[in-house]
Amino acid sequence: MGEDRFFGSSLTILRRFLFRILAVGPIPNHIAFIMDGNRRYAKKQNLEQGTGHEAGFPALMSMLKYCYELGVKFITVYAFSIDNFKRRPEEVQHVMDLMLEKIEGLLKEESIVNQYGVRVYFVGNLKLLNEPVRVAAEKAMLATANNTNTVLLICVAYTSSDEIVHSIQYSCQEKWDEMQASKVNGACNGEICKQEKECCVLKLVDLEKHMYMGVASDPDILIRSSGEMRLSNFLLWQSANCLLYSPSALWPEIGLRHLVWAVLNFQRNHSYLEKKKKQL
Amino acid sequence: MPALSLHPSYVFSLRSEPLLPDAPSRLLPSVFIFFTRTSRPLRVSTREPDFTEEYRNGVVNGRVAGAGTPGREDPLPEGLRRESMPRHVAVIMDGNRRWARARGMPVGSGYEAGLRSLRRVVELCCRWGIRVLTVFAFSSDNWVRPKVGFLFLFVRDIRVSLIGDSTKLPKALQELIESVEETTKNNSRLHLVVAVSYSGQYDIVQACQSIALKVKDGHIEPEDINESLIEKELQTNIARLSHPDLLIRTSGELRLSNFFLWQLAYTELFFVESHWPDFGEPDFIEALRCFRQRHRRYGGQDP
Repeated sequence: MGEDRFFGSSLTILRRFLFRILAVGPIPNHIAFIMDGNRRYAKKQNLEQGTGHEAGFPALMSMLKYCYELGVKFITVYAFSIDNFKRRPEEVQHVMDLMLEKIEGLLKEESIVNQYGVRVYFVGNLKLLNEPVRVAAEKAMLATANNTNTVLLICVAYTSSDEIVHSIQYSCQEKWDEMQASKVNGACNGEICKQEKECCVLKLVDLEKHMYMGVASDPDILIRSSGEMRLSNFLLWQSANCLLYSPSALWPEIGLRHLVWAVLNFQRNHSYLEKKKKQL
Repeated sequence: MPALSLHPSYVFSLRSEPLLPDAPSRLLPSVFIFFTRTSRPLRVSTREPDFTEEYRNGVVNGRVAGAGTPGREDPLPEGLRRESMPRHVAVIMDGNRRWARARGMPVGSGYEAGLRSLRRVVELCCRWGIRVLTVFAFSSDNWVRPKVGFLFLFVRDIRVSLIGDSTKLPKALQELIESVEETTKNNSRLHLVVAVSYSGQYDIVQACQSIALKVKDGHIEPEDINESLIEKELQTNIARLSHPDLLIRTSGELRLSNFFLWQLAYTELFFVESHWPDFGEPDFIEALRCFRQRHRRYGGQDP
């Protein structure tokens, strides 16, 4: 027991030292994760069907801890896609129950949220969630609203296409309301005029303002475990210029070395990307 | 200088080599326009084609009959199966300049080599029954590049379309592009979509702007806006299969660079270390083999 503790402390010291070295170069501001491979891991380890997601949770906690220690400010995880509702009802229910349990765990004293001062957002079409999970999510967002150190965005009932549709619906509604208001107060007399054209045109900033992910900057790195290289309708808009990395490890097997590799690659390309941004 | 004409009996060529190993080298109408930042066409030469009589008779309605009949597909290389071939492949043709610099050659040679690579890939797509090939020449973000090259192929029953912003191109070239699109619109063997000054984010924004105008004019309510409405307004709607099954990017860059964002929701991504001019049949076969092994679940059950 004493030996384990000594070994654990030594690893922590080594890890912090490694992060100090990495921090000499630029550190990504925002890392996104697609946690793929839980079910395959359960099959591989001959675990009971449906328990892969439980095996994936410690991996998530470790990655959050490493990222926050490294100095990453925003972390986004793809917890549950709208497409995942197509799975077997028992599996969907199992994941919902697990999420409820873990959300309640996040609010406990000893959780990572309090350790690192994490503000939590639940990002997605929350109306599609069952009531207990939705209520717990809203409670967690409220409880952590004053935390300012780091941010955790958990994408549930989320797809990028749904996010964009939602954004344009809200933007159109907002523009419509603005138009009506300016007609009422006489600023715009309803006929086609220069002002009307200007205020009615939808712009990129309008869309971005209404995106679920509008609370964070774009990710610098997107990591998908299990070696599959596709986005699966995750952060399509926001990943226009981010580094994509797909280690072959299944999500429960993901570790520090994968994070370090991703950050090193990010640092290698960083100066080239900054130069390109200045050119634009 | 003769007017640029798309009459099939005129051939503009800087290089004529057979696309198909069995086709005589003179049976190759191809239009290659290569121009610099000053927007001056570089040595566009015209000459009467050296066609044989039978080839001349084979030109019907702007279509040139190639060695194979439209729709005929060659047997696939080992390891590939027709049922697991992608129907739409997209390519980010990256690395022409780095390829040239590594060889101490001028950048123009890199683009020429890149065009040869493109012709190889187009030919392979025709042979293996891929229906749509989208190629990303450069995005609006990369307009600072000094030279751009275009390749229009109207052999082998290929339909050519352009997406993106062509307004920055010279007027004569814009007219030529429109002419090529019109001439080849009924070709059906392969749909070659060339993305020029294309930005994925801008495509989504312009689609949303069109929809917003419809809302403003009262044709639709905000609640009616859905994914298929957005699909119809995207520039990629010209292709029947607008979402690529497979995206290949050369040169080892692991990013999308604002190309095809909405359309890549479920696309398999394949990144290759070699530069575009070196991308050949073995690399393409490797990409297709990897594609075959990917398990596409679309978020649902395991098959």
